[in-house]
Amino acid sequence: MRLVILDNYDLASEWAAKYICNRIIQFRPGQDRYFTLGLPTGSTPLGCYKKLIEYHKNGDLSFKYVKTFNMDEYVGLPRNHPESYHSYMWNNFFKHIDIDPNNAHILDGNATDLQAECDAFEKKIKEAGGIDLFVGGIGPDGHIAFNEPGSSLVSRTRLKTLAMDTILANAKYFDGDLSKVPTMALTVGVGTVMDAREVMILITGAHKAFALYKAIEEGVNHMWTVSAFQQHPRTIFVCDEDATLELRVKTVKYFKAILPLLLILFSLKDLELRNLGLHSLPFSFLTIYVLNSFCLC
Amino acid sequence: MRGGQVAARAPVIQFTNCRILRGGALLREDLWVRGGRILDPEKLFFEERRVADEQRDCGGCILAPGFIDVQINGGFGVDFSQASEDVGSGVALVARRILSHGVTSFCPTLVTSPLEVYHKVLPQIPVKSGGPHGAGVLGVHLEGPFISREKRGAHPEAHLRSFEADAFQDVLATYGGLDNVRIVTLAPELGHSHEVIRELTALGICVSLGHSVADLGTAEEAVQSGATFITHLFNAMLPFHHRDPGIVGLLTSDRLPAGRRIFYGMIADGIHTNPAALRIAHRAHPKGLVLVTDAVPALGLGNGRHTLGQQEVEVEGLTAYVAGTNTLSGSIAPMDACVRHFLQATGCSVESALEAASLHPAQLLGLEKCKGTLDFGADAGVVLPNVVLDPFPHLRLCFTSRNCSCNTTLPFINCLN
Repeated sequence: MRLVILDNYDLASEWAAKYICNRIIQFRPGQDRYFTLGLPTGSTPLGCYKKLIEYHKNGDLSFKYVKTFNMDEYVGLPRNHPESYHSYMWNNFFKHIDIDPNNAHILDGNATDLQAECDAFEKKIKEAGGIDLFVGGIGPDGHIAFNEPGSSLVSRTRLKTLAMDTILANAKYFDGDLSKVPTMALTVGVGTVMDAREVMILITGAHKAFALYKAIEEGVNHMWTVSAFQQHPRTIFVCDEDATLELRVKTVKYFKAILPLLLILFSLKDLELRNLGLHSLPFSFLTIYVLNSFCLC
Repeated sequence: MRGGQVAARAPVIQFTNCRILRGGALLREDLWVRGGRILDPEKLFFEERRVADEQRDCGGCILAPGFIDVQINGGFGVDFSQASEDVGSGVALVARRILSHGVTSFCPTLVTSPLEVYHKVLPQIPVKSGGPHGAGVLGVHLEGPFISREKRGAHPEAHLRSFEADAFQDVLATYGGLDNVRIVTLAPELGHSHEVIRELTALGICVSLGHSVADLGTAEEAVQSGATFITHLFNAMLPFHHRDPGIVGLLTSDRLPAGRRIFYGMIADGIHTNPAALRIAHRAHPKGLVLVTDAVPALGLGNGRHTLGQQEVEVEGLTAYVAGTNTLSGSIAPMDACVRHFLQATGCSVESALEAASLHPAQLLGLEKCKGTLDFGADAGVVLPNVVLDPFPHLRLCFTSRNCSCNTTLPFINCLN
C-alpha cells in the first residue's frame, strides 16, 4: 500500500482530489472510453468533492465521460430525504458538475427486490468494464462502505444491517435521534471494491486513528474490513496527521520519508506517458500537483 | 394527463449564477424551470435522468418571486372605478406596465362607486393568467361602499352604503354578483356585518377591515367571523390608543382564532406612513405585513390633475391629494419603490422585504403553493432585481414559454406563462 500523510484535513482533501483529477485526465476518457469511479459519502470526502468541483469550474476537469458508482445507500429512506445518499451526492457533487445522469449510479434503497437491485448493480459495474478507481472512507469500526465487522472479505453488493457503532456515528445527521437513523443499507461488498483496479481510502480525524491502526498495522481481519486492502495490488491511504495518532512512529516516519520519492516516481511516470504522445495533458496542472506535493502546503 | 405530458416535453431552463429567495433565505442555488413551473432538479436528475436544455447566467442577481399587489386602483391614466365600455384594455395596460415594477399578479381595486359602475365594470375584469404580456389578475378588490362615513378618506360620501336587513342580498345587489371578486374591504361596526363577513368568507372571498371607526373588540369579532386582512393599516381607521388600540390592536391581539394569522396592508411610500409607525407595525407582527401600492391612476403619469373614482386628484411629485384638499388620495409609488423604502425604513433583511411583497400576499390569498415563492411546483414568474436593492436599476423579468395548470381549492388561481 501507499500511505500519504498530509498536515491537515484541507491538504488531505486537496491531495486526494488532485490525484483523482490526474487519474481521469491521464486516462483521456472519451465517447467509447469511460473512466469509472467509485464514490463514497459522509463527512470525510466533502473537502475532496469541493476541490473536484473547483477543478471542474476552472475548466480543468470534465465528468462528461466519467461513470460513477456509489458505495451504498440507506434502505427505506425516501430518495429525496435530506439525509439519503442520493441527496448527498446531488447537493455535494452532481449538481455542480457536468456528469450525464445516466452515468451516475447509486443503489436504490427503495427497490421492491433489494437483492435484485444489488445484483443489477454488480452487473452494471461489470458492463462498465470494472472500476478504475474506487474512492472510499473508513468507519470508526474499520468498515469500508457498510461492510460492518464480521462481513465476508469476499462479499459482493448486498443488504446489510448496520452495526451500533455506525448508527451512533450517523445519528448526528438525524438530529441526534437514534430512532430516526436507518438500520439497514445496501452496500458494495469488500470483494466488489477489491475488484477495482485502484483503491483510494480517505481517512481524516483522530476518531479514525484506531481504525487506521487496525487496518494497516494489524493483520487482515474481517472485524476490520478495510484490512482486506492489504491484499490489493494498488491501494493508497490518504490521511491527515490526526488519523496517524495510533500508528507506530516507525510507520509514519517511513511513509513520510518515501513520499517525495513516491511522487518523483509518479511524476516521472507521467512524463513518460507524455513522451508517448499524450500532448494535451495539462502540464501546468501536473506541475502544480507535483510542486504542491513536494511542499506539502 | 395531458397537461403533465405537455409539461414534460417542455424545455428545462436552468438559471445559474444567482441567489434565490427560498425558505426565507437568499441561497446560492440555481433555479430550474420547466413548463412555467419551478422544477426540482434532483428529481429531474435521478428520475428522468435529464439535464438542462438551456442555461441562463443571471450575473449574480437575486431571483425573487413576482410581487403581488392586492390594492391598486389603476395607473398610467387608467381608473378601474371608471365605467367605460372597454375596461378590459385598461386593465391589460396596467397589467403590462406594472411588470416593470416587479408585480406579476394583482387585484384591480374599485373604490366606493355607484351601483351602475359595479354592475358594468365587474363583469369586465375576469381573473386572468399572467405572462410576458402582463401581470395576472387574481380577482377584484372591492374597497367599499360598506365603509364608515367618518373614515371614508377619498371615497365619495354620496355612494357610501350600510347593510340593510337582508345584508348579504344587499351586498349581492350592490355589486351585481361576486364573480371575479377576490377581496372586499368593509367596516365591521356596520350593522349586520358579521353575517356578510361569514357569507363572503364561505365563498372564498377575503374580507378586509378598513375605512372604519371600529374598536378592538368589534375588530376581533370580525376576525372571528372570518376577516383576515386590514386595509392600509393606520390610514382611515382610529389611531392606536393604549386603552383601546382599535383595528391596529389586531396585530397583537390574543383573541384571534387559533392558528389564524391576521395580515395587514401597508403603503410604504414614505408618505402615507411615518417610518417609525412602519417599524412599530413591522416589529409587532412581521409575518403579517403585506406591502401594497394603493396606487391611483396617476401612477406613472406626471404632475397635474387626474381622475380617481368619482373625484379629481392633484399629483405633485410622489404625492397625490384629493383636488383642493389636504386629504391623501392614494399613492403613486410603484411596488419596487415601496419594497426599497420598506427595506430602508425598517432595516429588515432583504429576504423579509421581498417576502412582504410576495409571500405574504400569497399567503393572505391562500396561493402560497403557486405564487409568492420559488418552491418546487410554484409558478415560474420571477423578478430580477439587482443584488443591491438600493438603488435598483430597472427590474428584469424572466418568463418561460409554456402555460401550465395549477390546482388549488380556490377558483381564482392561474399560472404565469
